[in-house]
Amino acid sequence: MGEEQKEKNNKYSIIIPTYNERLNIALIVYLVFKHLSNVDFEIIVVDDGSPDGTQDIVKQLQLVYGGDRILLRARPKKLGLGTAYIHGLKHASGNFVVIMDADLSHHPKYLPNFIKKQMETGADIVTGTRYVKGGGVHGWNLMRKLTSRGANVLAQTLLWPGVSDLTGSFRLYKKSVLEDVISSCVSKGYVFQMEMIVRATRKGYKIAEVPITFVDRVYGSSKLGGSEIVEYLKGLIYLLLTT
Amino acid sequence: MMTLSSANLIIMKHILKILALLVAISAFWIGLLRASLVPETHMWLLPLYFIVSLGCYGLLMVGVGLMQFPSCPQEAILLHQDIVEAKDFLKKKGVDVGFD
Repeated sequence: MGEEQKEKNNKYSIIIPTYNERLNIALIVYLVFKHLSNVDFEIIVVDDGSPDGTQDIVKQLQLVYGGDRILLRARPKKLGLGTAYIHGLKHASGNFVVIMDADLSHHPKYLPNFIKKQMETGADIVTGTRYVKGGGVHGWNLMRKLTSRGANVLAQTLLWPGVSDLTGSFRLYKKSVLEDVISSCVSKGYVFQMEMIVRATRKGYKIAEVPITFVDRVYGSSKLGGSEIVEYLKGLIYLLLTT
Repeated sequence: MMTLSSANLIIMKHILKILALLVAISAFWIGLLRASLVPETHMWLLPLYFIVSLGCYGLLMVGVGLMQFPSCPQEAILLHQDIVEAKDFLKKKGVDVGFD
């Protein structure tokens, strides 16, 4: 009974950084409201000055769903992912924070699973993983799969992170835990997600996993070139030395 | 003393843990050589086996990972349906989604 009361008091702040995602942000907001009908939540859109009018769409969405459910916390220009989360966090009123990508590769239908898993396990962090039963990836060619598997084996062998999907960025955090972990992270891009979860493991936070599927972006394409691989290797070494 | 060393282990940087492991393995091997339990002609046996088996492990894990790579083509179809549904709803509510 007491437990149920506590569940009802939980509030989830969903932070979505955007840059030129005017269509995707509308679709995501619709899907979040569709799948989280019985949950107290807010969506915080951190837009880095998109020239395509992403912010206009967010304002239209506020008219439909309410300005207290969708918060627009824009920044003047592209300032990076890590600081986008910090910026969003400042405005978050929930005791839990979800971070997800705006490009629809993370489907809001998994949000109830994250919340359920957190309640069942009491975990500090619930991270979405593509590499277990029930998870999966769509839209990758053989080369992309090979790089991904290689990167994962390398990181698993060297870092012993305790989670199966290091670079996934669909995660639910206790707000205080995210604040603590994010303050010690300095990396960018893929490495940032890896650094977050590795530092959280080292700090002894309890991490649970839920399977998610990942449909690589429908509009536009994600890239993984030689420079990303170099950045990744540098990140691995950095984490070996500092965590 | 014991608690001190285990506390150090927790805050030890990860690279040091790996180095400690390598040192322990080396010490074990050198011990065997010194005690003449292993003839000196076989000195490079363990390091070689270690490196080769590490390589095999890596290749095997990547290979198995590739073969069992979970793909989800049906999810792309479901997502497409969701997008159509979302666009319909948002259009009716006056949100400007008439673009690609």
